[in-house]
Amino acid sequence: MADDLKELKIELSKNGIFTTTLEELYNWGRKNSVWPLTFGLACCAIEMIATTMARYDLARFGAEVFRPSPRQADLIIVSGTVTKKMAPQVVRLYNQMPEPKYVIAMGACAISGGPFRDGYNVLKGIDRYIPVDVHIPGCPPRPEALIHAFMTLQKKIEEQSLAGADRPRHLNAALPSEFPVPAFGAHGLEPPANLEVFHDAPGSPFKVIQ
Amino acid sequence: MALPSPEEIKAQIEAGVPGATVTVIQNGSPSAQHSLLLDHTHARTVAEFLRDHAEWRLDFCSLVTGVDWPDTETSEKVKVRKLVKAADGTESEQAVDEVRKTKVPGYLEAVYHLFSMEKKHGMVVLRMRTADRGQGTHLPSLTPVWRSAEFQEREAFDLYGIVFDGHPDLRRILMWDGFVDYPMRKDYVPPPDDAPIATEVQS
Repeated sequence: MADDLKELKIELSKNGIFTTTLEELYNWGRKNSVWPLTFGLACCAIEMIATTMARYDLARFGAEVFRPSPRQADLIIVSGTVTKKMAPQVVRLYNQMPEPKYVIAMGACAISGGPFRDGYNVLKGIDRYIPVDVHIPGCPPRPEALIHAFMTLQKKIEEQSLAGADRPRHLNAALPSEFPVPAFGAHGLEPPANLEVFHDAPGSPFKVIQ
Repeated sequence: MALPSPEEIKAQIEAGVPGATVTVIQNGSPSAQHSLLLDHTHARTVAEFLRDHAEWRLDFCSLVTGVDWPDTETSEKVKVRKLVKAADGTESEQAVDEVRKTKVPGYLEAVYHLFSMEKKHGMVVLRMRTADRGQGTHLPSLTPVWRSAEFQEREAFDLYGIVFDGHPDLRRILMWDGFVDYPMRKDYVPPPDDAPIATEVQS
Protein backbone atom coordinates (compact mmCIF):
# COMPACT_ATOMS: atom_id res chain seq x y z
CA MET A 1 0.00 0.00 0.00
CA ALA A 2 1.26 3.40 -0.90
CA ASP A 3 2.53 5.63 1.90
CA ASP A 4 -0.01 8.42 1.35
CA LEU A 5 -2.84 5.90 1.63
CA LYS A 6 -1.35 4.63 4.88
CA GLU A 7 -1.22 8.15 6.25
CA LEU A 8 -4.79 8.74 5.19
CA LYS A 9 -5.83 5.54 6.96
CA ILE A 10 -4.13 6.66 10.19
CA GLU A 11 -5.70 10.09 9.89
CA LEU A 12 -9.16 8.55 9.41
CA SER A 13 -8.71 6.23 12.38
CA LYS A 14 -7.86 9.24 14.56
CA ASN A 15 -11.27 10.58 13.65
CA GLY A 16 -13.04 7.38 14.52
CA ILE A 17 -13.31 5.91 11.03
CA PHE A 18 -11.90 2.43 10.58
CA THR A 19 -10.81 1.49 7.08
CA THR A 20 -9.02 -1.54 5.71
CA THR A 21 -8.08 -3.12 2.42
CA LEU A 22 -8.95 -6.52 1.07
CA GLU A 23 -5.26 -7.41 1.11
CA GLU A 24 -4.87 -6.49 4.77
CA LEU A 25 -7.99 -8.36 5.77
CA TYR A 26 -6.98 -11.46 3.81
CA ASN A 27 -3.44 -11.52 5.20
CA TRP A 28 -4.67 -10.79 8.73
CA GLY A 29 -6.91 -13.82 8.52
CA ARG A 30 -4.17 -16.01 7.11
CA LYS A 31 -1.45 -15.02 9.55
CA ASN A 32 -3.61 -15.76 12.57
CA SER A 33 -4.67 -19.18 11.44
CA VAL A 34 -1.58 -21.15 10.52
CA TRP A 35 -2.01 -24.89 10.90
CA PRO A 36 1.33 -26.61 11.44
CA LEU A 37 1.97 -30.24 10.59
CA THR A 38 2.37 -32.70 13.47
CA PHE A 39 5.88 -33.60 12.44
CA GLY A 40 8.99 -33.93 14.57
CA LEU A 41 12.39 -35.35 13.74
CA ALA A 42 14.66 -35.15 16.79
CA CYS A 43 15.30 -33.25 20.02
CA CYS A 44 14.03 -29.99 18.48
CA ALA A 45 10.62 -31.67 18.26
CA ILE A 46 10.52 -31.83 22.07
CA GLU A 47 10.99 -28.05 22.20
CA MET A 48 8.31 -27.69 19.51
CA ILE A 49 5.91 -29.74 21.66
CA ALA A 50 6.79 -27.60 24.69
CA THR A 51 5.99 -24.50 22.62
CA THR A 52 2.47 -25.74 21.98
CA MET A 53 1.79 -26.64 25.61
CA ALA A 54 0.30 -24.43 28.34
CA ARG A 55 3.52 -22.73 29.49
CA TYR A 56 4.55 -21.22 26.14
CA ASP A 57 1.14 -21.56 24.49
CA LEU A 58 1.52 -21.18 20.74
CA ALA A 59 -2.30 -20.93 20.67
CA ARG A 60 -1.87 -17.23 21.49
CA PHE A 61 -0.68 -16.85 17.90
CA GLY A 62 -3.45 -18.87 16.34
CA ALA A 63 -1.35 -21.93 15.57
CA GLU A 64 -2.53 -24.45 18.13
CA VAL A 65 -4.14 -26.80 15.62
CA PHE A 66 -1.39 -29.26 14.67
CA ARG A 67 -2.70 -31.42 11.87
CA PRO A 68 -1.57 -35.02 11.48
CA SER A 69 -2.04 -34.93 7.70
CA PRO A 70 -0.07 -32.78 5.25
CA ARG A 71 -3.29 -32.26 3.29
CA GLN A 72 -4.67 -30.18 6.18
CA ALA A 73 -1.50 -28.31 7.12
CA ASP A 74 0.09 -25.16 5.76
CA LEU A 75 3.27 -24.97 7.86
CA ILE A 76 5.94 -27.63 8.20
CA ILE A 77 8.36 -27.09 11.09
CA VAL A 78 11.46 -29.13 10.20
CA SER A 79 12.36 -29.75 13.83
CA GLY A 80 15.56 -31.73 14.03
CA THR A 81 18.22 -33.63 12.15
CA VAL A 82 17.21 -34.62 8.62
CA THR A 83 19.02 -37.83 7.77
CA LYS A 84 19.68 -38.65 4.15
CA LYS A 85 17.31 -41.58 4.51
CA MET A 86 14.53 -39.29 5.79
CA ALA A 87 15.06 -36.39 3.36
CA PRO A 88 12.90 -37.78 0.50
CA GLN A 89 10.02 -38.27 2.94
CA VAL A 90 10.32 -34.68 4.21
CA VAL A 91 10.22 -33.35 0.64
CA ARG A 92 7.28 -35.61 -0.16
CA LEU A 93 5.35 -34.38 2.89
CA TYR A 94 6.03 -30.80 1.81
CA ASN A 95 4.83 -31.59 -1.72
CA GLN A 96 1.60 -33.02 -0.34
CA MET A 97 0.72 -29.83 1.53
CA PRO A 98 -1.72 -27.48 -0.22
CA GLU A 99 -0.71 -23.91 -1.06
CA PRO A 100 -0.14 -21.49 0.55
CA LYS A 101 2.50 -23.34 2.54
CA TYR A 102 5.45 -22.29 4.64
CA VAL A 103 8.58 -23.90 6.09
CA ILE A 104 10.38 -23.15 9.35
CA ALA A 105 13.81 -24.82 9.58
CA MET A 106 14.26 -25.25 13.33
CA GLY A 107 17.68 -25.72 14.86
CA ALA A 108 21.25 -26.15 13.69
CA CYS A 109 20.64 -29.55 12.08
CA ALA A 110 17.69 -28.50 9.95
CA ILE A 111 19.46 -25.39 8.67
CA SER A 112 22.92 -26.88 7.99
CA GLY A 113 23.40 -30.37 9.41
CA GLY A 114 24.59 -28.88 12.71
CA PRO A 115 26.99 -30.94 14.82
CA PHE A 116 26.37 -33.94 12.54
CA ARG A 117 27.32 -32.04 9.37
CA ASP A 118 30.36 -34.22 8.68
CA GLY A 119 28.43 -37.45 9.25
CA TYR A 120 27.88 -39.82 6.34
CA ASN A 121 24.16 -39.98 7.02
CA VAL A 122 23.05 -36.39 7.59
CA LEU A 123 21.60 -33.94 5.09
CA LYS A 124 23.41 -30.61 5.25
CA GLY A 125 20.31 -28.46 5.56
CA ILE A 126 16.75 -28.96 4.34
CA ASP A 127 17.01 -25.78 2.23
CA ARG A 128 18.85 -27.91 -0.33
CA TYR A 129 15.50 -29.33 -1.43
CA ILE A 130 12.63 -27.12 -0.28
CA PRO A 131 12.32 -23.33 0.09
CA VAL A 132 12.66 -22.32 3.74
CA ASP A 133 10.85 -19.20 4.97
CA VAL A 134 12.40 -18.83 8.43
CA HIS A 135 15.64 -20.31 9.80
CA ILE A 136 16.11 -20.55 13.59
CA PRO A 137 19.58 -21.27 14.95
CA GLY A 138 20.03 -23.07 18.26
CA CYS A 139 20.72 -26.57 19.48
CA PRO A 140 17.88 -26.95 20.22
CA PRO A 141 16.27 -23.48 20.04
CA ARG A 142 14.21 -22.60 23.11
CA PRO A 143 10.42 -22.28 22.75
CA GLU A 144 10.83 -18.49 22.79
CA ALA A 145 13.02 -18.79 19.68
CA LEU A 146 10.38 -20.88 17.91
CA ILE A 147 7.73 -18.32 18.88
CA HIS A 148 9.99 -15.61 17.50
CA ALA A 149 10.34 -17.56 14.26
CA PHE A 150 6.60 -17.95 14.16
CA MET A 151 6.07 -14.20 14.64
CA THR A 152 8.62 -13.58 11.87
CA LEU A 153 6.58 -15.86 9.62
CA GLN A 154 3.40 -13.99 10.55
CA LYS A 155 5.10 -10.73 9.62
CA LYS A 156 6.15 -12.26 6.32
CA ILE A 157 2.57 -13.37 5.57
CA GLU A 158 1.24 -9.96 6.59
CA GLU A 159 3.55 -8.17 4.18
CA GLN A 160 2.73 -10.27 1.13
CA SER A 161 1.06 -8.31 -1.64
CA LEU A 162 -1.66 -10.16 -3.48
CA ALA A 163 -1.00 -8.71 -6.92
CA GLY A 164 2.04 -7.73 -8.90
CA ALA A 165 5.22 -9.47 -9.88
CA ASP A 166 6.27 -10.20 -6.27
CA ARG A 167 2.98 -11.86 -5.32
CA PRO A 168 3.35 -15.06 -3.30
CA ARG A 169 3.76 -18.45 -4.93
CA HIS A 170 0.21 -19.64 -4.32
CA LEU A 171 -1.13 -16.75 -6.39
CA ASN A 172 1.35 -17.22 -9.22
CA ALA A 173 0.52 -20.21 -11.39
CA ALA A 174 3.90 -20.02 -13.11
CA LEU A 175 5.80 -20.90 -9.92
CA PRO A 176 6.05 -24.53 -8.78
CA SER A 177 4.35 -25.77 -5.65
CA GLU A 178 6.05 -29.17 -5.69
CA PHE A 179 9.75 -29.88 -5.73
CA PRO A 180 11.64 -32.96 -6.99
CA VAL A 181 12.09 -35.71 -4.41
CA PRO A 182 15.77 -36.74 -4.16
CA ALA A 183 16.59 -40.36 -4.92
CA PHE A 184 18.82 -42.80 -3.03
CA GLY A 185 22.03 -43.10 -5.03
CA ALA A 186 25.02 -45.40 -4.70
CA HIS A 187 26.97 -42.96 -2.49
CA GLY A 188 24.40 -40.44 -1.31
CA LEU A 189 21.31 -38.52 -2.33
CA GLU A 190 20.90 -37.67 -6.00
CA PRO A 191 20.97 -34.84 -6.78
CA PRO A 192 22.90 -33.53 -3.73
CA ALA A 193 20.94 -30.29 -3.91
CA ASN A 194 18.12 -28.80 -5.98
CA LEU A 195 19.78 -25.70 -7.43
CA GLU A 196 16.37 -24.23 -8.35
CA VAL A 197 15.78 -23.85 -4.62
CA PHE A 198 19.27 -23.75 -3.12
CA HIS A 199 20.62 -20.41 -4.26
CA ASP A 200 21.41 -16.97 -2.89
CA ALA A 201 18.46 -15.13 -1.45
CA PRO A 202 18.24 -11.53 -2.65
CA GLY A 203 19.59 -9.21 0.00
CA SER A 204 20.98 -12.01 2.16
CA PRO A 205 24.62 -11.81 3.31
CA PHE A 206 24.87 -15.58 2.78
CA LYS A 207 26.05 -16.84 -0.56
CA VAL A 208 25.84 -20.38 -1.91
CA ILE A 209 29.20 -21.46 -3.33
CA GLN A 210 28.87 -23.96 -6.16
CA MET B 1 29.77 -67.33 41.25
CA ALA B 2 32.10 -64.98 39.52
CA LEU B 3 33.59 -65.82 36.17
CA PRO B 4 37.11 -67.27 36.09
CA SER B 5 40.04 -65.50 34.46
CA PRO B 6 40.18 -65.35 30.62
CA GLU B 7 43.08 -67.82 30.68
CA GLU B 8 40.92 -70.27 32.62
CA ILE B 9 38.01 -69.78 30.21
CA LYS B 10 40.38 -70.35 27.29
CA ALA B 11 41.67 -73.57 28.86
CA GLN B 12 38.14 -74.87 29.47
CA ILE B 13 37.03 -73.99 25.92
CA GLU B 14 39.99 -75.78 24.40
CA ALA B 15 39.30 -78.80 26.60
CA GLY B 16 35.56 -78.76 25.86
CA VAL B 17 35.65 -78.03 22.11
CA PRO B 18 38.17 -80.27 20.36
CA GLY B 19 40.31 -78.45 17.79
CA ALA B 20 39.33 -74.94 18.86
CA THR B 21 42.11 -72.40 19.20
CA VAL B 22 41.47 -69.44 21.46
CA THR B 23 43.87 -66.55 21.92
CA VAL B 24 43.62 -64.28 24.93
CA ILE B 25 44.04 -60.65 23.92
CA GLN B 26 45.22 -58.58 26.85
CA ASN B 27 43.72 -55.19 27.52
CA GLY B 28 46.41 -53.03 29.09
CA SER B 29 44.04 -50.34 30.33
CA PRO B 30 42.92 -50.15 34.01
CA SER B 31 39.62 -51.83 33.10
CA ALA B 32 41.61 -54.95 32.16
CA GLN B 33 38.79 -56.31 30.02
CA HIS B 34 40.73 -59.07 28.31
CA SER B 35 39.07 -60.73 25.37
CA LEU B 36 39.08 -64.09 23.61
CA LEU B 37 39.93 -64.32 19.92
CA LEU B 38 38.12 -67.23 18.25
CA ASP B 39 38.98 -69.09 15.08
CA HIS B 40 36.34 -69.12 12.33
CA THR B 41 35.76 -72.86 12.04
CA HIS B 42 34.97 -73.47 15.71
CA ALA B 43 33.47 -70.08 16.61
CA ARG B 44 29.89 -71.29 16.58
CA THR B 45 30.62 -74.44 18.61
CA VAL B 46 32.57 -72.34 21.12
CA ALA B 47 29.65 -69.91 21.35
CA GLU B 48 27.25 -72.76 22.05
CA PHE B 49 29.69 -74.15 24.60
CA LEU B 50 29.78 -70.81 26.43
CA ARG B 51 26.01 -70.42 26.29
CA ASP B 52 25.28 -73.93 27.56
CA HIS B 53 28.13 -74.19 30.09
CA ALA B 54 26.57 -75.33 33.37
CA GLU B 55 28.41 -72.81 35.55
CA TRP B 56 28.78 -69.83 33.24
CA ARG B 57 25.50 -69.88 31.25
CA LEU B 58 26.43 -66.90 29.06
CA ASP B 59 22.90 -66.65 27.72
CA PHE B 60 22.81 -62.97 26.75
CA CYS B 61 24.77 -61.24 23.99
CA SER B 62 24.36 -57.56 24.75
CA LEU B 63 26.54 -56.03 22.06
CA VAL B 64 28.01 -56.77 18.67
CA THR B 65 30.17 -54.20 16.99
CA GLY B 66 32.68 -53.92 14.20
CA VAL B 67 36.18 -52.52 14.38
CA ASP B 68 38.26 -51.50 11.38
CA TRP B 69 41.99 -52.03 11.57
CA PRO B 70 43.37 -50.44 8.40
CA ASP B 71 46.52 -51.54 6.57
CA THR B 72 49.54 -50.08 8.31
CA GLU B 73 53.13 -49.54 7.31
CA THR B 74 55.98 -49.88 9.76
CA SER B 75 59.39 -48.53 8.96
CA GLU B 76 62.62 -49.42 10.71
CA LYS B 77 66.18 -48.29 10.19
CA VAL B 78 68.57 -51.09 9.34
CA LYS B 79 72.35 -50.89 9.02
CA VAL B 80 73.55 -52.49 5.77
CA ARG B 81 76.97 -52.78 4.18
CA LYS B 82 76.97 -51.37 0.68
CA LEU B 83 79.36 -50.29 -2.07
CA VAL B 84 79.45 -46.52 -1.97
CA LYS B 85 80.97 -44.36 -4.66
CA ALA B 86 83.05 -41.60 -3.18
CA ALA B 87 83.50 -38.19 -4.78
CA ASP B 88 86.82 -39.15 -6.38
CA GLY B 89 85.25 -42.17 -8.12
CA THR B 90 86.64 -44.93 -5.90
CA GLU B 91 84.23 -47.48 -4.53
CA SER B 92 84.42 -48.71 -0.98
CA GLU B 93 82.22 -50.84 1.25
CA GLN B 94 80.61 -48.85 4.05
CA ALA B 95 77.90 -49.27 6.67
CA VAL B 96 74.84 -47.30 5.54
CA ASP B 97 71.50 -46.68 7.22
CA GLU B 98 68.58 -47.92 5.17
CA VAL B 99 64.87 -47.52 5.91
CA ARG B 100 62.93 -50.73 5.45
CA LYS B 101 59.18 -50.52 5.17
CA THR B 102 56.94 -53.45 6.02
CA LYS B 103 53.27 -53.47 5.07
CA VAL B 104 51.06 -54.94 7.77
CA PRO B 105 47.71 -55.95 6.21
CA GLY B 106 44.64 -54.75 8.06
CA TYR B 107 41.52 -56.66 8.95
CA LEU B 108 38.00 -56.18 10.22
CA GLU B 109 37.02 -57.38 13.64
CA ALA B 110 33.69 -58.27 15.25
CA VAL B 111 33.39 -57.89 19.02
CA TYR B 112 30.71 -59.62 21.12
CA HIS B 113 29.92 -58.81 24.76
CA LEU B 114 28.39 -61.71 26.69
CA PHE B 115 26.57 -61.73 30.02
CA SER B 116 24.60 -64.26 31.98
CA MET B 117 21.06 -63.36 33.01
CA GLU B 118 20.69 -66.59 34.93
CA LYS B 119 23.92 -66.40 36.92
CA LYS B 120 24.00 -62.59 36.95
CA HIS B 121 27.60 -62.22 35.91
CA GLY B 122 29.66 -60.96 33.03
CA MET B 123 31.16 -59.85 30.91
CA VAL B 124 33.06 -62.07 28.50
CA VAL B 125 34.38 -60.40 25.35
CA LEU B 126 34.70 -62.45 22.17
CA ARG B 127 36.48 -61.30 19.04
CA MET B 128 36.71 -62.62 15.52
CA ARG B 129 38.94 -61.26 12.78
CA THR B 130 38.49 -61.37 9.01
CA ALA B 131 41.28 -62.45 6.68
CA ASP B 132 41.63 -59.00 5.13
CA ARG B 133 39.68 -55.83 4.32
CA GLY B 134 39.00 -56.63 0.64
CA GLN B 135 37.44 -59.86 -0.53
CA GLY B 136 37.82 -62.05 2.52
CA THR B 137 35.61 -60.16 4.95
CA HIS B 138 33.64 -63.25 5.98
CA LEU B 139 32.95 -64.30 9.55
CA PRO B 140 30.63 -66.98 10.95
CA SER B 141 27.38 -65.53 12.29
CA LEU B 142 26.57 -66.07 15.96
CA THR B 143 22.91 -65.11 15.48
CA PRO B 144 21.86 -68.81 15.58
CA VAL B 145 23.37 -68.93 19.08
CA TRP B 146 22.23 -65.54 20.41
CA ARG B 147 19.17 -64.11 18.66
CA SER B 148 19.96 -60.65 20.02
CA ALA B 149 22.94 -60.48 17.66
CA GLU B 150 20.72 -60.36 14.57
CA PHE B 151 20.26 -56.59 14.11
CA GLN B 152 23.71 -55.75 15.43
CA GLU B 153 25.41 -58.11 12.98
CA ARG B 154 23.34 -56.48 10.25
CA GLU B 155 24.62 -53.12 11.47
CA ALA B 156 28.24 -54.33 11.36
CA PHE B 157 27.57 -55.61 7.85
CA ASP B 158 26.01 -52.30 6.85
CA LEU B 159 28.67 -49.97 8.23
CA TYR B 160 31.85 -52.11 8.05
CA GLY B 161 31.10 -54.68 5.35
CA ILE B 162 31.66 -57.75 7.49
CA VAL B 163 29.74 -60.62 5.84
CA PHE B 164 28.30 -62.93 8.50
CA ASP B 165 27.89 -66.40 7.00
CA GLY B 166 24.85 -68.18 8.42
CA HIS B 167 22.98 -64.98 9.30
CA PRO B 168 19.25 -65.52 8.63
CA ASP B 169 18.59 -62.12 7.02
CA LEU B 170 21.76 -60.23 6.15
CA ARG B 171 20.64 -56.92 4.61
CA ARG B 172 21.59 -53.30 5.18
CA ILE B 173 19.78 -51.93 8.20
CA LEU B 174 20.62 -48.22 8.49
CA MET B 175 21.63 -47.23 4.96
CA TRP B 176 19.40 -47.93 1.97
CA ASP B 177 19.76 -51.06 -0.17
CA GLY B 178 21.36 -49.34 -3.17
CA PHE B 179 24.17 -47.86 -1.05
CA VAL B 180 27.56 -49.35 -1.90
CA ASP B 181 30.05 -47.90 0.63
CA TYR B 182 30.87 -48.91 4.19
CA PRO B 183 30.80 -45.55 5.98
CA MET B 184 32.40 -46.55 9.30
CA ARG B 185 35.59 -47.82 7.68
CA LYS B 186 38.61 -45.61 8.27
CA ASP B 187 39.21 -45.10 4.55
CA TYR B 188 35.63 -44.07 3.76
CA VAL B 189 35.45 -40.88 1.70
CA PRO B 190 32.12 -39.02 1.78
CA PRO B 191 30.63 -38.14 -1.61
CA PRO B 192 31.22 -34.63 -2.93
CA ASP B 193 27.53 -33.88 -2.29
CA ASP B 194 28.84 -31.45 0.23
CA ALA B 195 30.28 -29.20 -2.46
CA PRO B 196 27.73 -26.37 -2.41
CA ILE B 197 27.95 -24.57 0.91
CA ALA B 198 26.37 -21.37 2.12
CA THR B 199 28.87 -18.97 3.65
CA GLU B 200 28.75 -15.42 4.77
CA VAL B 201 30.59 -13.21 2.33
CA GLN B 202 32.63 -10.46 3.94
CA SER B 203 32.18 -7.20 2.10
